[in-house]
Parts: sequence; structure tokens; C-alpha cells
Amino acid sequence: MADEPVKSTTHTQPPAQNQADRSWLGMKQEENGKTQGVPEGLWKRCPNCEAMLYAKQVQQNLHVCPDCDYHYRIHAEDRIEQLCDPGSFEPMWADLSPRDTLGFQDRIPYKQRLENEQTKTGHQDAVQCGRAFIKGRGVVLAAMDSRFMMASMGCVVGEKITRAIELGTESGRPVIIVSASGGARMQESALSLMQMAKTSAALARLDEQGGLFVSVLTDPTTGGVTASFAMLGDVILAEREALIGFAGPRVIANTVRQELPDGFQRAEFLRDKGFVDRVVHRHDLRSEISRVIDYAGK
Amino acid sequence: MTILNAYAGNYELEFERPLIALERQIADLEHQHLGGPAANSGAGGASGVGITNGGGVSGVDFRSDIRSLRQSHTAMLKKIYAKLSPWNTVMVGRHPGRPQTIDYIRAIVKDFAELHGDRHQGDDQAIITGFGRIGPHKCLVVGHHKGKDTKEKIAANFGCAHPEGYRKAMRTMKLAEKYNLPVVTLIDTPGAYPGIAAEERGQAEAIAVNLREMSRLKTPIVSVVIGEGGSGGALGIGVADRLAMLQYAWFSVISPEGCAAILWKTANPETNAAAAENLKLTANDNLKLGTIDNMIEEPLGGAHRNPTAAADYLEKYLIQTLRELKRFKVENLVNKRYERLRKIGELGEG
Repeated sequence: MADEPVKSTTHTQPPAQNQADRSWLGMKQEENGKTQGVPEGLWKRCPNCEAMLYAKQVQQNLHVCPDCDYHYRIHAEDRIEQLCDPGSFEPMWADLSPRDTLGFQDRIPYKQRLENEQTKTGHQDAVQCGRAFIKGRGVVLAAMDSRFMMASMGCVVGEKITRAIELGTESGRPVIIVSASGGARMQESALSLMQMAKTSAALARLDEQGGLFVSVLTDPTTGGVTASFAMLGDVILAEREALIGFAGPRVIANTVRQELPDGFQRAEFLRDKGFVDRVVHRHDLRSEISRVIDYAGK
Repeated sequence: MTILNAYAGNYELEFERPLIALERQIADLEHQHLGGPAANSGAGGASGVGITNGGGVSGVDFRSDIRSLRQSHTAMLKKIYAKLSPWNTVMVGRHPGRPQTIDYIRAIVKDFAELHGDRHQGDDQAIITGFGRIGPHKCLVVGHHKGKDTKEKIAANFGCAHPEGYRKAMRTMKLAEKYNLPVVTLIDTPGAYPGIAAEERGQAEAIAVNLREMSRLKTPIVSVVIGEGGSGGALGIGVADRLAMLQYAWFSVISPEGCAAILWKTANPETNAAAAENLKLTANDNLKLGTIDNMIEEPLGGAHRNPTAAADYLEKYLIQTLRELKRFKVENLVNKRYERLRKIGELGEG
């Protein structure tokens, strides 16, 4: 699975839905709720506006709620499909697999966790990297997958991100990293921690070659990933309302013992505080990245 | 070198209780023997007091008793510290009597000229920076500051730096680069501060920039974890040509309590100890993992028992390492620094 090129899809945006369509969807679901034998996953509820949505339509809408624009968390495969020109993504280093160097054993042994996640996702670890084209522009792309242990960064993620940056440095291709991560991976302890330094050091070299790094922050990007490569983009884009921060909101709430401000640690908050260049709707991400490449790429 | 006092507070580590009881006995006997002023009954009270004359106020000679008690004390110390569990190592690393950056600066940095502020936000008390001399080497010293008393501790957020602390460190490190001064950083933090203002001012960005810029700073960098090496907050001043740890310091991606709360769903003495065990956070473990380059020995029973000796060992390491690093051409040094980081990571194929 990890070695196969990701299948292409078309990038035509679905037509905007009118109000009548949506009420029809809602009604239909009410009926369905009483009917038995509806295939699972055909309908999904929007966690934000609670509208019942036809899953396929959500998918065609790039996993964005047509009602309220809520951006669903998506798999790396979907991200790659959404961003790259059809069939252009060539996966690289897909065989690199994590090792349980520490023999880490909490309630579930790390080895077991890894096996579970690998079976679930069909991937060795939490990031997919490769060469690709975005609207005809050659790039090195890395997409993190929050399904896999919350896309925490262990040695494999650190290594693949570093290789992607080095490839960008050598080839002159812009490096695009779509981040989504809970932070550094506890089960690899100081080895994970040092991946922060490793990826950041690779970015220093890219910078010295005049290379371009576009960092795309998606929900959620926190901890050691934010505190290393994710915040070092020459241009930093963020998907709307994505949670982005160093410490998690619960840790902060426990430390300061006061209510967190509205919209705290959301993409718009970071933009207003000066840490994100542009907050982007998922529909516009492809064109926004291309535009940055046209201005800043080699 | 300034003589540092051994810790004489009331804080007792659970596993040190038998030791401390013995230390009190020795102190009592010495008091009776010498008839001197009230004996020092603290954790370090037994060390370094000489027996000068026989027959104290009581007229009884306790010398042989004291000698044998001292021998069993040393034996017990050796035994306890030889098999210190990872969780107990964390306790030693956090001991309130453990020397801090400011103590080491006072002991081994001559003519220290502190530099304040990040030139943007303020002067974070949780990080100290300044010029000074270590042995023959003029250098820049950067270190976490936890605070010695309650007032200082609160002002320094117990060593948890804000973004302006990391930016102050970077500003002064750029000065060091400009004036060809090597950089010495002393790491001692539970982690970067997790608060509203810290997030608003870009905690993640501040640390990330330090990682990138330290990796290419054109001057030698030596970092030593002297107590706690907690996560990104530690690494934010820890990208170096040589990263060392004191023997009873800890260095990890997360504190044992933080890890226990997440992976074991609850932090209690048992899960904390399990997390500490699993995180492989001791100096020895980090040496094996290849995440650090050197371990600096501490005096028997830890730095809090004999801060002067601890400072002495640290000074020797720094002088020697700086001498070594200064021999490299700076371009080679920066390349080697990259290679050092580049190879960290354990990978499998397929």
C-alpha cells in the first residue's frame, strides 16, 4: 500500500449546494434514522454544525462540511490526492519503519501499538513523502497522517521529513510539508526529541541554498512538531480553525487555572498574533501553494 | 573557585532517609566530641568536618565511633547511588539543594557580565545569559534559572522559560558568533512554560528558531544538562557540538508525570516511576541511545551533597571540551554538528 502511487482524482470543485439541497439531506436522514439496514458511513454528522451529510458529498467537497465549512481531519492519501496533479505523486522512503529501541511498555506495548496502527492505516508510520506536481510545479511533498498515533514524530517521521528537506535542498524543488501532529512521540523519548533539532537543522541548510519551504498547518499541529519544522516555513499557511500551539489547551488550562480566551490557538488567532501568513480554505490550498511557489520558488 | 555550601535545608528524599539519619548521628557525635556549636544536621552535615582533637566536653573519645559511622555512611551512599532507579534519579535531578546555573556561574565563571532582555518583549528571568571566563576561555554562558528562594522561583516560573527567554538566548548567541566567543549552555528546566502569554508570543516559533539557528551558529557550542532536561524547553538552548549530562540529571521528550498522565491515564508515584523507567531518561541511557555525547560524573551521593566538587568536575569538562572544539575550523565544526544530529534515530526498513 505504502509503495503504490496514490490514485489520482479530478479536482473540480463540487457545485455549491443550495439551501433546498441541505434541508433535503437533513430530512432524508431523519427518515433513515428510523430505517434499518442503512450502510454504515453513508451519512455522517458534522461535528461542528451537526448537520447530517451525505458522506460522498463531503468527500467530493474535499472533506469540508458544505453547510458550515468545517474542515474534517483527513488521511495523508486524501491530502495528497487533493493537492497533487493527478497521478503525479511518487512516494519515497515508504519502507522506513519504526523500531522499539527503548522497549517501551505502558498499558499497551509500543510494538503492539505500532502493529495496530500499521494494520489500520496500511502505512509504516505517520508521514508520507514524495515528489509531486502541484498545478504543474514540481515539489517535494510531505503529508502527515493524524490517524497514525496522532502523527506523533518519532525517528521515522523525523528521518523522512529530513530527507524531504534535503531532497528539496539538492534538487531546488520547493518543499511543502502539511503538518498535523500531537507532537514528539513519547515512546521514542529523547530520540524523538532530537528529531526536532534534526529537521530544523536540515531547514537551515535549505535556507542557505535559497530554497523555499511552505509549511501548511492543519488541525491539530502541536508540541514538538510546531516547535520545530512546522513553525519554520518561509511562508506559513494554515487551514481555517486548525488548532495550532506549543502546549495543548488542557495542559495550559491546568497550569494557568483560568478560562482560555475565545479562539485561542486557532489558525486565525495565530495569524492575528503574527505567526501565520495566511489562513486558507481547503478549497484554495492548491492554488495558494502554487501562487507562493510562483513568487518565491526558484 | 568559590566554595559552595552543601545543602542544609529540610528537604529529604525518601530513599535518602537512612542516610540522613546516619548523617545526624555522626553530627551529634561530632558535636559531643568537639563540644562545638550546634552541629549541622542537614543532608550534607557529615561531609568535610575534620576531627582535630580527642576528648570533647564529655571527656569521652568518640573518634573510633565516628570513623566507623562514617565508613558505613560512605558504604550506604555508594550502595544507594549505584542502584538509583530512574524515578529516584529524577528526584535527585530536582533536589532543591542541587546546584543551579547561577551556582555554577558563581563557582566557575570569572568576571561574569550578565546580558538582559530579548530587545522585543522583556527580560525573562528563567534564562540567564552573559559573558564570562571559564578557565582560559572567554565565552558566552546561557542557562536556565530556576530560582533559589520563593520570590526568585516565582519570578523565574521555576525555570520554565517564555518565548522572550529563548529569544534572549538567541540574541546573545548571535553576539557570541559575531565576536568569536564559544557558547556554553546549562540546561535545567522541567519544560518551556505552557501558558496563554507564552502561546500568544509564539513559544513554538521561538524554540524552533533556536533549533535552526543554533545548528548553524558559527562558533563552538557546548551544552550540559545539569538537572532537568525537559523536552523542547531544554533543547531550545541545547543544539550543540557536544551535549553532555551530569550523572544524575534527566533528559527526555516529556516529564515522567506528563508521560504517565497521558499514557497511563493517571500520574501517581507508581505510574511516574514506570514512565521514568520507560522513557530511558538517565544520563547512562541517553549515552546508550546516542542522544548525548558525554556524561559528567558527580561526587558520591550527588551534586547536592558536594556542590563544590560538582562545579569542579563541570569546570574541568568545559575547559577541556572548549579547548578541543576551538581547534576545529568553524565551517568544519558546523558540518560536524549537522552530521551529529543527522545520524540520530533508529530506523528499520520494511
